[in-house]
Formats: sequence, structure tokens, C-alpha cells
Amino acid sequence: MTRSANMIIKNGYVFDPLNDLDGVVMDLFIRDGRVVGDLRSGEKKEAKVIDASGKTVMPGGVDSHAHVAGAKVNAGRLMRPEDHYRSVREKTPLTHSGSGYTIPSVYKQGYDYVAMGYTTVFEAAMPPLEARHTHEEMRSTPILDMGAYLVLGNNWFIMRYLKEGDIEKAAAYAAWMLRTHKGYGIKCVNPAGVENWGWAKNVAGLDEPNIHFEVTPREVIRGLAEVNEMLGLPMSLHLHANNLGHPGNWETARDSLRIPSGLAPANRSEVEGPETKLDFRRRQTVYLAHAQFNAYGGTSWRDFCSGAPELARYINQTEDVVIDSGSVPFGPATTMTGDGPAQHDLYVITGQKWSNTDVEMECGSGVLPFLYLKTSPVHSVQWAIGLEVLLLIDDPWKTIMTTDHPNGGVFTRYPDLIAWLMSKRARDETARECHKWAYDRSSLGGVDREISLYEVAVITRANPARTIGIAHRKGHLGPGADGDVTIYDLDPASLDSDDPSAIRSAFGRPEYTVKDGRVVARRGEIVAVPEGRRFYTTPYVDEGHELEMMRDVKEWFKYYTVGFANYPVPERYLKNPVPIAINRPLEAVVRR
Amino acid sequence: MEATLTPRGRIGIMLEAEAISPDVFRSLGIREIEELEVWQGPERHPLAEFFDVEVRGEGSGETRIVIDGDVSRVKRIGQEMTSGSIEVRGSAGMHTGERMAGGKIAVEGDVGSWAGMEMSGGLLTVLGDVGDHVGSAYRGSWQGMTNGRIVIRGNARSQLGGGITGGEIIVGGGVENFCGIRQSGGTIVVRGSAVRGAGAEMSGGTLAVEGKVEQISPGFLPSGQEENPTLAEVELMGRFERFTGDYATFKNPKGSLLLKEV
Repeated sequence: MTRSANMIIKNGYVFDPLNDLDGVVMDLFIRDGRVVGDLRSGEKKEAKVIDASGKTVMPGGVDSHAHVAGAKVNAGRLMRPEDHYRSVREKTPLTHSGSGYTIPSVYKQGYDYVAMGYTTVFEAAMPPLEARHTHEEMRSTPILDMGAYLVLGNNWFIMRYLKEGDIEKAAAYAAWMLRTHKGYGIKCVNPAGVENWGWAKNVAGLDEPNIHFEVTPREVIRGLAEVNEMLGLPMSLHLHANNLGHPGNWETARDSLRIPSGLAPANRSEVEGPETKLDFRRRQTVYLAHAQFNAYGGTSWRDFCSGAPELARYINQTEDVVIDSGSVPFGPATTMTGDGPAQHDLYVITGQKWSNTDVEMECGSGVLPFLYLKTSPVHSVQWAIGLEVLLLIDDPWKTIMTTDHPNGGVFTRYPDLIAWLMSKRARDETARECHKWAYDRSSLGGVDREISLYEVAVITRANPARTIGIAHRKGHLGPGADGDVTIYDLDPASLDSDDPSAIRSAFGRPEYTVKDGRVVARRGEIVAVPEGRRFYTTPYVDEGHELEMMRDVKEWFKYYTVGFANYPVPERYLKNPVPIAINRPLEAVVRR
Repeated sequence: MEATLTPRGRIGIMLEAEAISPDVFRSLGIREIEELEVWQGPERHPLAEFFDVEVRGEGSGETRIVIDGDVSRVKRIGQEMTSGSIEVRGSAGMHTGERMAGGKIAVEGDVGSWAGMEMSGGLLTVLGDVGDHVGSAYRGSWQGMTNGRIVIRGNARSQLGGGITGGEIIVGGGVENFCGIRQSGGTIVVRGSAVRGAGAEMSGGTLAVEGKVEQISPGFLPSGQEENPTLAEVELMGRFERFTGDYATFKNPKGSLLLKEV
């Protein structure tokens, strides 16, 4: 990586929740791309100085759940030329051209995130067989630091080992798979259900065994959560719950979140620990994806209503859970998930063009364009739920703000979400413009909470970073952190929550986005294009279990359409790879 | 004000000239019009590099643009225009009048594909022939023309009015394949013949073909006759058989396909 110059960011209001800084006016120092306590006087003279007086300073944004790279994203691009036609980005001497609104090309995507103050983005679902493709797209995404979660919830080996009760072999397999595919954490999508989709079926409840493997969603969730903590991964199990997108599914979500109860969070990654005030390692044992899609009440689309208050009530009582919101800001979206049957349900409802894939022995996926309309009663409730899950859960350290890009909406709409969360007036204005179900069928109209800039910093950088175990270098501004800083033209001293348009424009167009101590964007314009890093984890288990597991893998590999030698993603596929070590091979023992 | 653009010579790589629109010209003087940018491949050039510009009656009245010559290698003329008029004394290129919302475009020669694509108002008149996808939706999109009127004296090629939800298209000559595909509203009148797929996947609106249809779409059921119907202000003579469809795609479609009895 190119050596970065030193930098001083002077006099800004610093919001750094992991270091308990709530708008403290102070100077920040960056040496060689990393935050330091101070610079030597010689360095200070040469350093680039940014005057942030009267401005809001936060760590660079961290998106812990977005669909930004890989086969299904590209399927979306291919099936939606109309999404690209009117959303184009011109080439500049520094940047590539690009196009696409809900599914932008990799270049445009990278620039758009950075122009909005985000520096780290994790791909939410990487099927093992599509790992090469995912890494190829991440490699071509400019500036951003990235990683991808490996989809294992319907994997044949995992289901077989869990059915046999052989948790050690399941752990050995998960560890080998993460190393093999350069994956970062474990993603579990509609556990046991996607496998049934191969027979045009789904699973109806958490205790329904699926076809052939006869393993239940409950067994898969419990098993993978145990595997996760056994391996000591930086992030907890990342769960896309069963029954997604159906009225009344909040109970499924609550019951699913109870399954890992009793496990202790164990982020044992061997990383240099920074001196953050709050523990930089996670508290949760399950991270629920896009809660909005799993917080529905009612029994049909006719009596559809929000189930967010009930789900939030459970989450308020437990320390085991973090959710991301998957909020709906209205407007165009492209739904894409590994949940094949859920996508088929959407196809039946909308009649839209639909793509479906079965990923051999591993998982599946579906893609379908979608338009969220203010005139639609159901979409209006979805908008309300997407904000309720962030406002009704009291502790911001249990929530993360996302749109599940591009499922609930496009990531470039984050500033609208922030405005709704910070301003009751903004919510009331939108509620007047959309269908009356928004307030009639949810509790949002009675919610007075307006979140602070500190809380914004929690749900958009500090907590996503901690939840996925990257807070040793991201999501805070203490010494040792990466020099990723965003400076917003927003003066906390004169902040007015009744002026949502000022909030929206400040968060949409930061004054500066700094990455590794270098200004990469200035008022929406990209000014430098460094290459980002690719994070992945390299857990190991006891060699005996690994050898036994490998015998099974080689035996069943005859069912794959690829040769065993072509299965792994070689490290040279990654630009700036950053492996995170856990249980090095020599001392590897299965700990329980 | 009236601006006359005279092509200066043969244009190599096609131009993308959405700047040629009354909405853009309205408040500009001759110098500013000459300096308007058009794209040629990856490069931008001033309009004056390709056209001699004359302006009369600056700043007064309705904005009228006259293009005095062949601009079949110039795309996007009148794109997104909302008022005023454009007269082309020759042929015009692809995407002419795309997404236009008002005003008039009249072309004496032929027009390329995608003319009037997704238009929502105004009048596009072509005395010659047109290419494919005229008045239709963009690739991947399901909503074509929503309002306005397209009148073609000559022939149209395939996918005329694809995805049309409103407005009128009248073709004096014939059409090729899949005219009115995915039509859900509006009216298409073809005075000549059609090849195959007319009205395929139709759910609403009216499509009339006065001449012969070589291969009729299979998902249509007879639903009555009409005598001398008037469609889109065009009086058709003779007995027409009415079909409803397309049952191949929809359970309860409301599309009307009118075919003349022979």
C-alpha cells in the first residue's frame, strides 16, 4: 500500500462511541495511515491539516450487510438494463465510468460509498462455489476495505455433520471452508429451508426436519452458532431467519434468536488490541440480518401490521443479539437473497422478472426487481417497521442501520434513513405522503425518540465494526485505528432536528472522506483512488478432525461439477489480503 | 425564436445530441447554442463543429428548431422535450423524441430505432419509415409510452409500442414482429400488415391491424365484431373481428385485438 502522509484534523466535534467521545472538540492525528495520540513537532509541520471547526467528525462508515459483490449481484445487473440506462457516472481522469442505480457497477459502487463517507463494506452472502466471482468483484471495487460472509446454512456437509451430532467435524469443515474460500464469517440463510427449495418446498417451522438430511432449522442455527464460538470467529453467526417476508414472522425471528442462548461470545482473533474505552470485541452470539423483513405481524397481507414492537421487546431483554435493520426508504430496489423460496413467493405476488439459482450442494439464490411505493399499504408499513426496529430497541449497541442494499433500497439512501431517525418531523412528513397504514398499522407514529449524532455514529460505524469483529481497526478513532475519518458539514451546536433536509444533505455529501490518512473524497467528488484491503479469517482446528473431515469432503466431491483442485480461491486472487488468524495450526485445539 | 441548424457535412461516429431540444435552446443566444456540447463516442464537441447555426427572433415566442438536412447519424434529438417544436427536413437518428413530454417533432424522412421511447406527451410525426422499438419501453423495463401521439406514414419494424400503457400510435404502412407486445393501455392502429406476434402478452388497450397478420398470436379469443370503428381519431372502414387476449400470459386479460375481415 502506498505510504500515506501524516494528517491533522483540527477542532472538529469528534463522535467516537467506542472511545466514549460524544462530540468532544479535539484534534486528531494520523501517522502513516493510522490514528496516533500525537505527532512529533517535525511531523506536524509537514502534515496535511484539515480545519474541521464547527463540523462533525466520525470514523469512516462501516456497512456490515450489503449485497455488493458476486454472482447474484451480477445476475441483477444482467437482468436489469433499465436500472443502468439512466443512472450513469462519467469517467474522469482519476475514476472509471460506471452505471446502475440499485445494482451499480463495481466502480460506481465503490465511489458512491466513499463519496457518502463509508470506507468499509462487507458482502452479506458469498456462496462457496461463487467465491472466486465474489473475490473478483471485490478486487475490482475501488478504495473500500471489504470482506464476505460464507453461506453455510444449507451446506450438505454441515447438515450431515449436525445430523450425526458431530460438531467437531462441522467446525473443522467450517474452518477449512473459510480458509479455502477466503471467507470472513458464517452466514446462515433460511437454515434447512433452501435445501428443500430443490424440491420446490420450504420448511414451515423451526422444528420441521428437511428432506433427506432430516435436520431442522433449530439444529442448524444451534449447530452453526456453536461452531462459530468453538472456532472463536471475530463475528458471531450471521442469521437470515426462516419465514422471511411473510406476515406474522416476528415470532419465528424471536424464537430463532433464542436458539443460541447460553453460548458465550468468543472473538478469539489474534489481533493487536487497541486501547478503546469500550471492549472492541463483540457481546452478541447471533447477528440477525435485515430485521425489517422478519418483524411482520398479522396473518395475511390483509391484516398485515408491524411486529417490530414485539420483536424489539425480546431484544431489549437479551444481550445475545445484534440486528441490522434492512430499512425501506421507498423507491427502486432489486431484491436478491440466498433464500430461493422467499424470492419465489415475491415472484408469485409481483409477476416481476425473476432469476433463480441452485448452488449445487451448498445453497441457492433468487433475484427480482422491486419498487417500494408510498401509495402501497404494505410498503408503507415496511417503511415504518424499518425505522421501528432501530427506534424501539433501546440500546443502540444492539442495532445497525442498513437497507440490506439493494433489497430494502439503495445504500445511497442512508442519509434519508438518518434524517428519519433523527427527526420526528421528517417521519411525520413522510407518513402524511404515504399510505395511512404506515402509522395505523405500526407504533411509529407514537415514537418520539430522535437519535443523537452519537447514536448515529454507533449504528453506522462503531457497532457494525464491533459486531463483525473488525473494531480493532475500524469504527473508532483511538490510537491504532485505521485513519478512516469522515467529516460532515454539520455543526452539532446548531443542529436542528426539525430541519431534516440539512441532515440529509450533510450526510449525503461529507466535506471529507479520509481513508488511511488520505483524502479520498471531497464534497462528493473522488480525489484519490487507493486500493482497498480484503479481510478474511483463517481458523484452524485439531488436525485429527481435519483429516477425517477431508476424507468425507473428497468422497462427496464427486457430486460437485468442479474439480477439487479448482475449488479453492488462491490468495493471489485478492488484492491486499489481510488474513485474521484464529487458533494457529500448531497450537490448534478444539476448545469448548 | 427560431433556430436553424444546417449539417456541415457527413458525420462519422454517431452523435448523441440531447442538447438539440427547444427546452435547452429557449433562453440561449446563438453563441451559447453553438457552444452546446454533443457527444461523439467518448468525446465532447461543440454543436457548431457539426452544424451551422442561425437564430431569428431571439427571446420571443415559441421555440422552434429547424434542422435543414440529413441527421440520420444524430441520436437523441428532442429527448425529454416538454414544449416547442422541431422540424427535420431529412432523416433523424435513433432515440428521436425519447421520453418527450410535450411539444412537436416532425421528420420528413425516416427515423431510427427507439424513437418516442417511453414518451409521455406531445406529437411525433414521421413521413418516412421508422426502425425498431418505436414508442416502446427500454430494454428490461416494462412500461413503454404512457401518453402522447406518434404518427408514422411509412412502415415500422419490430416491437412497435412495446409495453405501451397509454397514448396513440398510428402507422400508415405495415409492421414486422411483436407489435404491441406487453401492451396494457393506449391504442395502436396499423393500416398495413403485420408479420407475427401482434399483441403478444397484451393485457389492456387496443391494437388494430387493417391489413393481413401473417401469424396470429395463439392466446386470443373472439369477442365480437365492430363496424367502421374509429380509433385514435382514425376512421377505419369495414368489418373488424374483435379478439381478447393474451390468455397465454394472463388469466383475465383486457387487451383488444381488432383484425379486419377478409
